[in-house]
Amino acid sequence: MSKFTFPESIRSRPIYGTLEARVGPAHLLVADAHGAEAILDVATPQMMEKAHIIYIPKGEDYEDKLRALKPASFYSGPSYPAAEPRLRKALADAKMGLQVYLAGTEGLMGQAQNAAMAAGIPHTAIQTEHRGSIARRMQCVHCKGITEEVETDPFVCSHCGLNLFVRDHYSRRLAAYQGVRVDAEDPGNVPTPKGIYE
Amino acid sequence: MSGAEKIAVTVTDVVPLNDLVTRFEFKRADNGLLPTFSGGAHTVVEMRDGDITRLNPYSLMSDPMDQSRYCISVRRDDEGRGGSVFMHTRVKVGDEMVISYPVNLFSLDLRAKKHLFLAGGIGITPFLAQTKQLERFNGNWELHYACRTESLGSYVDELTSHHPNETHIYYDDKKQMIDLVNLLEGQPLGTHVYVCGPKGMIDWVRKTATNEGWPREAVHYEEFLAPQPGKPFEVKLAVSNKVIQVGEHESLLEAIERAGVDAPYLCRGGACGQCETNVIDYAGNFIHRDHWLDDDEHAGGQKIMPCVSRFEGKTLVLDR
Amino acid sequence: MTIQFNDETFRDDYSFYNSERAIKRFPFPFHEDSYMYSVNMEQHRGGPKDSVYEKRFDVDEHYVSEMRDRAMVLADDPLRCQSLPHMTLAGWDLLELIMVSKSEDYPDLFELHRDGNKWRWINKPLGIDDSFVFLDEATLPYGPMEYITRQAQGDFCVLDQRDDNLWMDAGMVTTQADWSLDFDIGMNFFEWHAPVPLAHEKGIFVRALKFLLNIQQGAPARRLNWTMTVNPLLDTSPENYHKWGIQKTTLTPENIGAKQHLRVELQTFFRLPRSNALVFPIRCYLCSFQDLMTVPKWGRRLHRVVRDLPDELATYKGFIDNRPMMLDYLKNFDDGLPTSAGIWPDLETEPALET
Repeated sequence: MSKFTFPESIRSRPIYGTLEARVGPAHLLVADAHGAEAILDVATPQMMEKAHIIYIPKGEDYEDKLRALKPASFYSGPSYPAAEPRLRKALADAKMGLQVYLAGTEGLMGQAQNAAMAAGIPHTAIQTEHRGSIARRMQCVHCKGITEEVETDPFVCSHCGLNLFVRDHYSRRLAAYQGVRVDAEDPGNVPTPKGIYE
Repeated sequence: MSGAEKIAVTVTDVVPLNDLVTRFEFKRADNGLLPTFSGGAHTVVEMRDGDITRLNPYSLMSDPMDQSRYCISVRRDDEGRGGSVFMHTRVKVGDEMVISYPVNLFSLDLRAKKHLFLAGGIGITPFLAQTKQLERFNGNWELHYACRTESLGSYVDELTSHHPNETHIYYDDKKQMIDLVNLLEGQPLGTHVYVCGPKGMIDWVRKTATNEGWPREAVHYEEFLAPQPGKPFEVKLAVSNKVIQVGEHESLLEAIERAGVDAPYLCRGGACGQCETNVIDYAGNFIHRDHWLDDDEHAGGQKIMPCVSRFEGKTLVLDR
Repeated sequence: MTIQFNDETFRDDYSFYNSERAIKRFPFPFHEDSYMYSVNMEQHRGGPKDSVYEKRFDVDEHYVSEMRDRAMVLADDPLRCQSLPHMTLAGWDLLELIMVSKSEDYPDLFELHRDGNKWRWINKPLGIDDSFVFLDEATLPYGPMEYITRQAQGDFCVLDQRDDNLWMDAGMVTTQADWSLDFDIGMNFFEWHAPVPLAHEKGIFVRALKFLLNIQQGAPARRLNWTMTVNPLLDTSPENYHKWGIQKTTLTPENIGAKQHLRVELQTFFRLPRSNALVFPIRCYLCSFQDLMTVPKWGRRLHRVVRDLPDELATYKGFIDNRPMMLDYLKNFDDGLPTSAGIWPDLETEPALET
């Protein structure tokens, strides 16, 4: 399952598009897992001459195809935290006009968008395309801990252990959705977890 | 009541700078402190000329921290409707005038890692206040200022002597041009560009920035639209049940006000959206000049911005 | 001093109370017998004498205790006060606005002495006498926004204005109706209001934003908003919801009059001159049902509003489960007589409850 149509939701929930090649002096492309497909779709030889691709395979087998695009710079790394210093260096060195393309899971796109925004790119100018897992990056509003790869609602906070329900309210600054205790008014009454979009 | 709050002021200085531009200094008539403001703000100056009252917006160019006085610079426009000529020929030291509280439609984006200012001619004025504001907080800025000739280069000496490293001057008559593509390509991520000057310059900067991949949010512009004269026309105001004539040298908004009908406004320059008025019926052509309505709205015939836009034709009925 | 400040708590033993004067000046939020969202903005330029509208920043009998509660919230969770780096100038704007307003409006309580940038601020109720240099953060114990909002009742959202939107880029938020500054900071107007039901569809936020973007220096505006809170708890935060949410289940027919509070927000909006930001103070007033019922008009009206409120709103405001018990209580104060228009108590003209 590479493409997923998210149901309509509230105004704070991100909406993802389809990457398109844009003009600019340089191009920074960040993807994880199936996000590689979106890069393969948007890449042009002209873009690749001035492109830096940062890819986190997460066990998917796209690396050779991405390398074959012959980007000016290519990196494949084990995780987003491992890739982050390189991403921040690329952004610190960049000039205005840099085009940023993000593809893959919500957690990856959210965190990379956050880094690009901190470097001074408005979030509306950063392109995103969702591919692959529909798991969410969740913040526990109570203990502030982030739980990665959340697939069910409710779920257990990996930090404080509270049972949290999954809201669609999303913070770009935290690159996370909000999780709130599900049984606060009736302790112990925790609904059976089901898939977030079920 | 329409428009921003009013302040009674006294004209305390009138300084001709060159053939076209004169600076005016205002202090509060009651000797109190003026409100502080943010760089890029304008004030609307009321000019009482016999039966005619003109209200023209001018950028505040004095130090935003200085509450003792406000300064504006007025470029004489002999082709215009007479506001700037009135300021140049009739306003004297000691005159009592009414100006509005500051309104800012061209404010700095304080998140910017660098501010790049591009000025053409009298478009320098908002940047004089903005650079003073940024200097107070150690802001990172750079100014590129294009003037017609050395003698018409208002405030060039002040800028180059105080800020020799930040200021770059270009004279048209010496065929000097801002190398815009190179300038934009070299800016670090997080730079915001601001342009104030003639329409052609604003269009050039916006188009070049788009071609260079700059995000829309990082490009700021302020075009001072003065209402243009035009053929007289007749308007029916449906709510107040009046038929008014708009003269050659007055704006539709001014004609509405002259008829004693209170209409909302703020900038009087086609930018803020406050005076947006619904059209009930029309037969003829609109001459839309504002930056507020989009192209579809301009084509739709249902809205008009009476501060700068006009009409040619048989019938115009407004919801006012 | 003209105001007698209560010594009271908003937690644990909940010793909070309203004096008779405080009940009479309570900002009852319903101007008619029903409620729906509207852009109910008006100019904020004073109001009836002794009403909460009279001064730019209302100071009342709860001032000292509310500031003590705020200090406790911040000690537990400093993330309730945050300012993104570009908002420091707006923080100074806010400090100036509050110091100037309070020293002019309550000269017996607050004094501001200015000599150029050398300022001296005296806050008598809180026993503060500080000298500092305006615009120099190094001369204050906190950032300018935190410094002054530790001395001002209500929450403060400081909104940056850019790209035809407002951005929640700084705030002091400890008396909130269940929203998190730490989560919402950096969001635009539509995003931080995203969880509110019905109002987006009605175009309320588009119109409200247009109004707010055009608020100018010297011309502040205001509106009222409301919700319900069990116990006089100021800090109904999402952060602590796992602790206070359970209190909603402690209502009984016997204690509802004392425990159930109508929570009203007086929201005001001021353009900040030096930064062109907008400050959005949200002042929270609490009043128990039993105190509200001492005003016959409010008793009649509150019953009708709660009874007829759409389920979505009762759910969003968090009292759908308790609504039947509320109505059982409130119906005893509604004799079916008509009510006068407007929010004021009209004690002299409105008839007493028919029993």
